[in-house]
Amino acid sequence: MANLKLTNVEKAYGDVKVLKNINLDIKQGELIVFVGPSGCGKSTLLRMIGGLETITSGTLEIGGQRMNDVPPAQRGIAMVFQSYALYPHMTVRDNMSFALKIAKKSASEIDTAVKRAAEILQLTPYLDRLPKALSGGQRQRVAIGRAIVRDPQVYLFDEPLSNLDAALRVATRIEIAQLKEKMPNSTMIYVTHDQVEAMTLASRIVVLTVGQGIGQVGTPLELYERPENEFVAQFIGSPSMNLLDGEVTETGAQTTVKLASGGVARSAVPTQASDKGMKVRVGIRPEDFVATTGEAAFTGEVDITEALGELTQIYFRQGGDKGTIIAKMPGIHSNLRHNKVSLTADPKKVHLFHNGKSLLYR
Amino acid sequence: MEQVLQALVTIAIGVGGCAFWYWASNTVLDTVYPARGPNAGSNINKANLIRPWLFVGPAVVILAAYLIYPVINTLYRSFMDKTSSNFVGTSNYSWLLADGKFHESMLNQFLWLLVVPALATFFGLLAAQLTDRIRWGNFGKSLIFMPMAISFVGAGVIWKFVYANTEGSQIGLLNAVVQAFGGDPQHWLQLPFWNNILLMVVLVWIQAGFAMVILSAALRGIPEDTIEAAIIDGANPFQIFFKIKIPQIASTIGVVWTTITITVLKVFDIVYVMTNGEWGTQVLANMMYDLLFDQSDYGRGSAVAIVIMILVLPIMWWNVRNARKELR
Ligand SMILES: Nc1ncnc2c1ncn2[C@@H]1O[C@H](COP(=O)(O)OP(=O)(O)OP(=O)(O)O)[C@@H](O)[C@H]1O
Ligand SMILES: [Mg+2]
Repeated sequence: MANLKLTNVEKAYGDVKVLKNINLDIKQGELIVFVGPSGCGKSTLLRMIGGLETITSGTLEIGGQRMNDVPPAQRGIAMVFQSYALYPHMTVRDNMSFALKIAKKSASEIDTAVKRAAEILQLTPYLDRLPKALSGGQRQRVAIGRAIVRDPQVYLFDEPLSNLDAALRVATRIEIAQLKEKMPNSTMIYVTHDQVEAMTLASRIVVLTVGQGIGQVGTPLELYERPENEFVAQFIGSPSMNLLDGEVTETGAQTTVKLASGGVARSAVPTQASDKGMKVRVGIRPEDFVATTGEAAFTGEVDITEALGELTQIYFRQGGDKGTIIAKMPGIHSNLRHNKVSLTADPKKVHLFHNGKSLLYR
Repeated sequence: MEQVLQALVTIAIGVGGCAFWYWASNTVLDTVYPARGPNAGSNINKANLIRPWLFVGPAVVILAAYLIYPVINTLYRSFMDKTSSNFVGTSNYSWLLADGKFHESMLNQFLWLLVVPALATFFGLLAAQLTDRIRWGNFGKSLIFMPMAISFVGAGVIWKFVYANTEGSQIGLLNAVVQAFGGDPQHWLQLPFWNNILLMVVLVWIQAGFAMVILSAALRGIPEDTIEAAIIDGANPFQIFFKIKIPQIASTIGVVWTTITITVLKVFDIVYVMTNGEWGTQVLANMMYDLLFDQSDYGRGSAVAIVIMILVLPIMWWNVRNARKELR
């Protein structure tokens, strides 16, 4: 019974409201990922759930019980810190058994729990080592092991992989995914900066905005395919979705938008007759552009090309638009530099926003 | 006026001489191994190997002369008679071993070693931890640190007033307190055994500030998240202090402890000023002073000095080794 519920949670430091209007309902067994720009309060929110920060207002419930004023150790949570936070003077075994010793568990019980966790995380050969004699990845596993032995209802991870190098990060990410599979009933909340981690691990992603509460909550694909607002649209996906100013010219099951540059974009987002003339922003992800020889919605001269091997990122500008448009073309196209490109996009992949909000969610 | 002038000239010559030495030796080195031409690379390497010796060499030589010569001379004198004119073998040492005052000094010294480092470190740690989170903590810290700025002699004089017992109107602070509670005034510094403890209090008062400053820095150096992890693991404040914080600053505690221990082994001024070793409060350094300068017995005085050195050396060695380990 580890549902976790946040109702109207707020956090203020003095007069500065860092978090507000946080409403979340997390079911047992979910792996929730918090993402958001740096400084938006992801760590703060996680630490409030863990009990390391006070909750300014609103309620936090775990398993149906109000937890606002319950000490961290009694909330049934365990936390894994970005910097591992291992006790440097204790062996791996002692690090993992510390919480159980504090809780006055019997020696045999502690031993069983530590052995089990060590086995899951392949730490058995290192049990008698001090943290300083471990690699970064091993330290991170000990930190996770320290959480596992307590058998918590909710795991809290604050950017657990960000101190690891790229290869190890991928390996540990997969380990965490497997770990989650082995513990289907544990709820996990995971903070990350890394889009790939968010997209691959999450059962649902929570996008936090700076000071404006939650941007959107949804499965990774929902956020990618149907972002509720421009913020989420631009935050999920890399490089960010292109946003181009335009005006609705034809409405119906499909919408036609005349772009400021003069091009005409079609979107599968339905509109009503009354929407005609509405100022909108057209959103297209870089990977959704396709080259065309026919009618092109987007044309321009390429400034820069970045060949990444499996694809080439091209940066171009069309007359009338403010910013640079980024498009990803499969294969290598370095020759496009300083040449004209003509691109179009599948209407199903063209998003429409009005005043920052998606027209899909009206 | 003349003396001031003389001092200024001396300083000018000293500082100028040093500056000249650095400049001249460096110039010579750069001429011998110029950082250009076909061998520039190896020249730079060679010059870099030699330069430190040129720069710290004079200091090393002077320090060695002022440290090593006295040690050898003291050792030599400890095997000579009162006026250092005849060789007497180990008789100074055998006299010491049989002397009652020396036994008393060793015993007291041992007591000092047991009590002062422990109490000073304990109070220092307590003060460091307690002043860490409160608003007027820094003010409290300054108060506790202040005695460090007082010379041992000054401290001795101050505390002599605290322990004083005067006829008529009482000027002794401790006695005034005792009398206020209806007790009888005491000659505190003449109370056997306890007078030792009262002398130790003075050094604890001075050294606790030192311990506090060093330990407070060490406590702040503990990664905050290990403490947060312990909070999540359910540790209470005492468990956090004793199981998470203390072990992480154990080596600093060791350094503080041994540094105070060395001070204690050399303790002289406080005893000299307050009791001069009377009433059973003699310690080694004061005994040495007494023999050397009051009784002009260079043989026995030197023997005591050697005993003190032998006691200090291992602690010194441990301390230096530990401090080095800390730096790495
Ligand atoms: N003790 C504090 N006092 C005042 N402001 C604070 C305090 N702690 C955090 N903040 C502010 O709260 C905001 C959120 O901080 P938080 O660490 O939660 O961000 P974050 O989303 O985790 O960022 P990052 O991705 O960089 O880790 C920041 O703007 C920060 O400046
Ligand atoms: Mg953070």
